[in-house]
Amino acid sequence: MTETSNRLLRTSVRTAAGPALHELKPKLQVHGLNFFYGAYQALRNITLDIPEHKVTAFIGPSGCGKSTLLRTFNRMYSLYPEQRAEGEVLIDGENLLAPGRDVSLIRAKIGMVFQKPTPFPMSIYDNISFGVRLYERLSKREMDDRVEQALTRAGLWQEVRNKLNQSGNSLSGGQQQRLCIARCIAIQPEVLLLDEPCSALDPISTARVEELIHQLKNDYTVVIVTHNMQQAARVSDFTAYMYLGELIEYGATDSIFIKPQRKETEDYITGRFG
Amino acid sequence: MNAIYRARKRTNLILLTISGLAVLFGLFWLAWILGTLFYEGGHALARATLYYQMTPPPGADGGLANAIVGSALLVAVGTLLGTPIGILAGTYLAEFGKRNWLANATRFLNDVLLAAPSIVIGLFIYSVYVAQVRHFSGWAGALALALIVIPVVVRTTDDMLKLVPNSLREATAALGCPAWKMIVFVTYRAARTGIITGILLAVARISGETAPLLFTSLNNQFWSLNMNAPMSNLPTVIFQFAMSPYQDWHRLAWGGAALITFTVLILNIIARALFRRAH
Repeated sequence: MTETSNRLLRTSVRTAAGPALHELKPKLQVHGLNFFYGAYQALRNITLDIPEHKVTAFIGPSGCGKSTLLRTFNRMYSLYPEQRAEGEVLIDGENLLAPGRDVSLIRAKIGMVFQKPTPFPMSIYDNISFGVRLYERLSKREMDDRVEQALTRAGLWQEVRNKLNQSGNSLSGGQQQRLCIARCIAIQPEVLLLDEPCSALDPISTARVEELIHQLKNDYTVVIVTHNMQQAARVSDFTAYMYLGELIEYGATDSIFIKPQRKETEDYITGRFG
Repeated sequence: MNAIYRARKRTNLILLTISGLAVLFGLFWLAWILGTLFYEGGHALARATLYYQMTPPPGADGGLANAIVGSALLVAVGTLLGTPIGILAGTYLAEFGKRNWLANATRFLNDVLLAAPSIVIGLFIYSVYVAQVRHFSGWAGALALALIVIPVVVRTTDDMLKLVPNSLREATAALGCPAWKMIVFVTYRAARTGIITGILLAVARISGETAPLLFTSLNNQFWSLNMNAPMSNLPTVIFQFAMSPYQDWHRLAWGGAALITFTVLILNIIARALFRRAH
């Protein structure tokens, strides 16, 4: 069993070796990050750089802190008074966690797509235009263009162009998730955070979203949390393996999957974990 | 296996029978009430004079025009006064003060108010308003009704907003949306049907309230739209006419009772139909 899955993993890893992590321009830099849910410490002294215009995957067993880490990047935790972060997360050299930073502006730059599709209770068109209107005043024509652009990029335009006035909830799960991605890129962020974006989708929808992630990295820095290791191997350039709130290993996806440096990483990705 | 399966079938049958009987029991009384109302009041409802003549002195022919308009006005003003306060307070409870002491205290007091006998609310308005200005008035009646509307709307708004999944709030916040916009444009929309149902529930409730009006708006035999004067209204007229020894008055009282019931019923049906179409 482990032998098969191992081989599966290896075959799905792209073999062409890219530039090493330290040669790339970092978009996000995490320094000594600790995170607390009340008294419980969920992240321990995390330090890593996330390179610009690349896809970085966070993998690890449930509860290892990978989603928590992702949610510090757009200050999602600020919604909950009992949650707090210590340390630094820099975007283009500026600390996101500094007190007094405008959370809305951070989130305009760093968009997020969640595990479950979350269309707003409004039309498909308004689902996209809602976010845009928070930051820009566009004419009807410009807004139409923006909506079309975003839906096209998310690979949804052909399917919904004739029913833009229908409720976002009328779409299938996979379409809803692409709608959420379109909504996110419509406000032209620089970073896209994807929190297990395919875990509620069927294989065909998953393939479409993965294809999309591939295209998106030309313009965005993508960070994806996934439970699915094949997915991490397929879509990401760099992979971070986390366990119990600590960063165990981080590097090019190829090397993480083919020759991990740490025993724990190898055990996890070969399925010999636990 | 077979014995277990048979026992399961039997239990299922017993429970199904009991719950079916409970439904029938509930519906029986409802049908009886509606049937009696229609039987006794249907005749009065069908007479056009009910809608344009004033409440008559004993022995004369008349209608309920002043009471219908008075009731509509009192209920409308009461709802308009109570609903915004109720929705805003419910929003505070569900969106802002999820677990702090103020929210908990408010929720508790609101439940007390929700369960308070309406006559207490009538007496309260009587003592703080009617007794001060020394006359009964439409405003006093509307205020009393508003006080009944508030806890109903607070409770349903709070409950319905709490049903909106948190993932929707996070997704909205993730776009950098400020909290007030999220509430107005996303969570209200998601909870819209439930909140409107709550308001309709409140309207239905105050449409038939008699006790608080006895101490506040009292009654008026004549046509009056002056909110500062005593105002006629259906529940008080029904109360007064039904207690009288006169046949004509009895007929009008039945007509008024049927009118309130069917109006509330129709209001609910329309709202439901509208929302079914909107979804």
